[in-house]
Amino acid sequence: MIPISWYLLLGAFLFACGVTGFLIKRNIITLFMSIELMLNGVILSFIAFATRLGTLDGHIFVFFVMVVAAAEAAVGLAIIISVYRTRETLNVDRVNLLKL
Amino acid sequence: MTPLFQPWLIPILPLVGALINGLCGKRFSKAAVATVALCATAASFLVACVQAAILLRSGYPALEQSYGTWIRAGQFSVDFGIYLDHLSLIMMLVVTGVGFLIHVYSVAYMAEEGGCYRFFSYLNFFMFFMLTLVLANNYLLMFVGWEGVGLASYLLIGFFFLKDSAANAGKKAFITNRVGDFGFLIALFLLIQRFGTLHYGALSQILSDQFKSPESSAGVLTAIGLLMLVGACGKSAQIPLYVWLPDAMEGPTPVSALIHAATMVTAGVYMVCRSNPIFNRAPIALLAVAIIGTLTSFFAATIGITQTDIKRVLAYSTVSQLGYMFMAAGVAAYSASVFHLMTHAFFKALLFLGAGSVIHGIGGEQDMRKMGGLRKYMPWTFWTMLIATLAISGIPPFAGFFSKDEILWQAYSSPHGSKIFWLIGVITAFMTSFYMFRLIFLTFTGEYRGAKVEAHGHNDHAHHGSPHESPWLMLGPLVLLGVLSVIGGWVGIGNRFEHFFDPVIQKVSAEQSAAQNGEAASTPVSEGEGAAGESKGMENLLMATSVLVAFAGLGLAWFLYVKRPELPEKIAAASGGLYKMVLNKYWIDELYSAAIIGPLVALSRVVLWQAVDQKVIDGTVNEAALAARDVSQIVRQQQSGLVRSYAGWVAAGAALVVAYMVWMGTR
Repeated sequence: MIPISWYLLLGAFLFACGVTGFLIKRNIITLFMSIELMLNGVILSFIAFATRLGTLDGHIFVFFVMVVAAAEAAVGLAIIISVYRTRETLNVDRVNLLKL
Repeated sequence: MTPLFQPWLIPILPLVGALINGLCGKRFSKAAVATVALCATAASFLVACVQAAILLRSGYPALEQSYGTWIRAGQFSVDFGIYLDHLSLIMMLVVTGVGFLIHVYSVAYMAEEGGCYRFFSYLNFFMFFMLTLVLANNYLLMFVGWEGVGLASYLLIGFFFLKDSAANAGKKAFITNRVGDFGFLIALFLLIQRFGTLHYGALSQILSDQFKSPESSAGVLTAIGLLMLVGACGKSAQIPLYVWLPDAMEGPTPVSALIHAATMVTAGVYMVCRSNPIFNRAPIALLAVAIIGTLTSFFAATIGITQTDIKRVLAYSTVSQLGYMFMAAGVAAYSASVFHLMTHAFFKALLFLGAGSVIHGIGGEQDMRKMGGLRKYMPWTFWTMLIATLAISGIPPFAGFFSKDEILWQAYSSPHGSKIFWLIGVITAFMTSFYMFRLIFLTFTGEYRGAKVEAHGHNDHAHHGSPHESPWLMLGPLVLLGVLSVIGGWVGIGNRFEHFFDPVIQKVSAEQSAAQNGEAASTPVSEGEGAAGESKGMENLLMATSVLVAFAGLGLAWFLYVKRPELPEKIAAASGGLYKMVLNKYWIDELYSAAIIGPLVALSRVVLWQAVDQKVIDGTVNEAALAARDVSQIVRQQQSGLVRSYAGWVAAGAALVVAYMVWMGTR
């Protein structure tokens, strides 16, 4: 049997990849995918713990997160499209009107 | 009591009038405003008459009615109460009666001025507070009236508030009065602290229980008396707080007549008379009252001689006559004091209204050097003013003779009196007669010295052209007051007024305590009877002296201003410095501004304004705001609008939390 720490390490690695991607990339689509990556890292940790402890809580959380991610994808992609229509760019650094 | 004529209506009716005119008078026509004000005052006078009749018929020394508790704190409580005895009865009738006549006069006098509704609203407002002052049954309610009339006086002096001098005179009056009010207030605190009540009846009961004989040295009653005197000095324009009254002449003339001659300024006299149970037991305070009154009457009369503004002469004359009243109160002759208060209200109101009629008739001029010969233009004004002048000079059978003679006799003969008071009083009577006839001669005889036709149209009466008599609405009150100035003194014949006043005065004299002791009772009484016959001759002698002196003043004025009109200037030139000093009112105003106002203004400007206000208070607020701005300047850099930088902060924060938890876990 594979020890739980492997799963957790993989989850952490996925999460770190997501964070790094979010911080260093400029394309909104890429940022979006980075968020999905972070979510998946977290989900992996939930599943690992749920299997290990033999409870259902983690599974339920996973379903919830997947539902939220799906909703987020729908809304987020819509926003991205409308941002592109008005600003004609996908570079987040140029979508910076919301400042003092 | 008749339900329709409740005593509380007396002060409330003018208040209703004031509220109606004050709140919606702007939309009324002038006639409507005047009607409201007149009706309120007339109704108040009517109710006052009915109440007076009820009191006199009942034969009780006083009627009292309470309309509920105002303040209650432990043992101490204050009512809304009305106290009607012979003292407040006279004050009430004078205030409402003379007040009504002056209201009538004002209708014509103010016809061409703007802000009529404001004027009548203030005037009614004044009546309300003045009646509260005289009808209250305790010192605190009296103090409410006391402050209220001060406010009304301020508002009315500054009625022409666009004029700087009027606005400043209002402030001067108000602030000077505050000094006196401060003394009065402390006296009230002392009364509460020492006796636990401010109710007249309860107070005089406690006093007659605890203080059987007068205080021999300065005690708490002396302190209370002296502090009350400070208050009275402020309100009644006595030395050293008289400076506001001459300046108060900036107000419209009816105001000068009502507030600054007939009623409000006598509030101090009323208060001293009302407090007779206290003053009778504090000989030192009583002596102080007499000295201040005597000095004031003398100094104000000397200043009155040199003034050339017709209203200022009358103002100093008022101060001087108030000094007489204080002198009388100070020798424990309260009835004489109030008697003079009443007759003075008649003839001084008449003099002011007459002066107003003169000013009105010649286009706003107040300088007597530019008048003269007005007798043929305004005969009614002349004759009524002549009556008032005869009255104030103390020439029989006019009102002032009886009251002034009574005061001088009391000053001479009262156990608290002294020949010095009498002597100064007689000299003052001479000066009074002189400056009053000087006013009459300068104004009404000789040739008219003013410009016939007003060339420049900058004042309100410009279109009048040559001098003319005033309308009947103004002459009516003059005639009525003239009648009162003649007959007003007759109530004093045969000491009737004194006896009328007996219930008000609480006797605490050596005789009373002696009578209580029993054995020594017979001696002072028989002595008093023995002295009575001898004093009658003395009284007649003194009366003759004061009449003689009055005629001497008349004669001198006639000689100097009719027979040899060139003489006064020569005398003025010859007396040089003395004349200049008197003309400049002894430089009292300058002295006050150098000694008190100057340092106070400098202190306020440099320390309070520039240091405390600008540096400390404003500084704190401004520095706090600046600090907030500087900090924000740094923090606002964080809000860049860059999503990735926000995400970076979130990630860093999350990392910190994780690090902390790991660190906590490993401990």
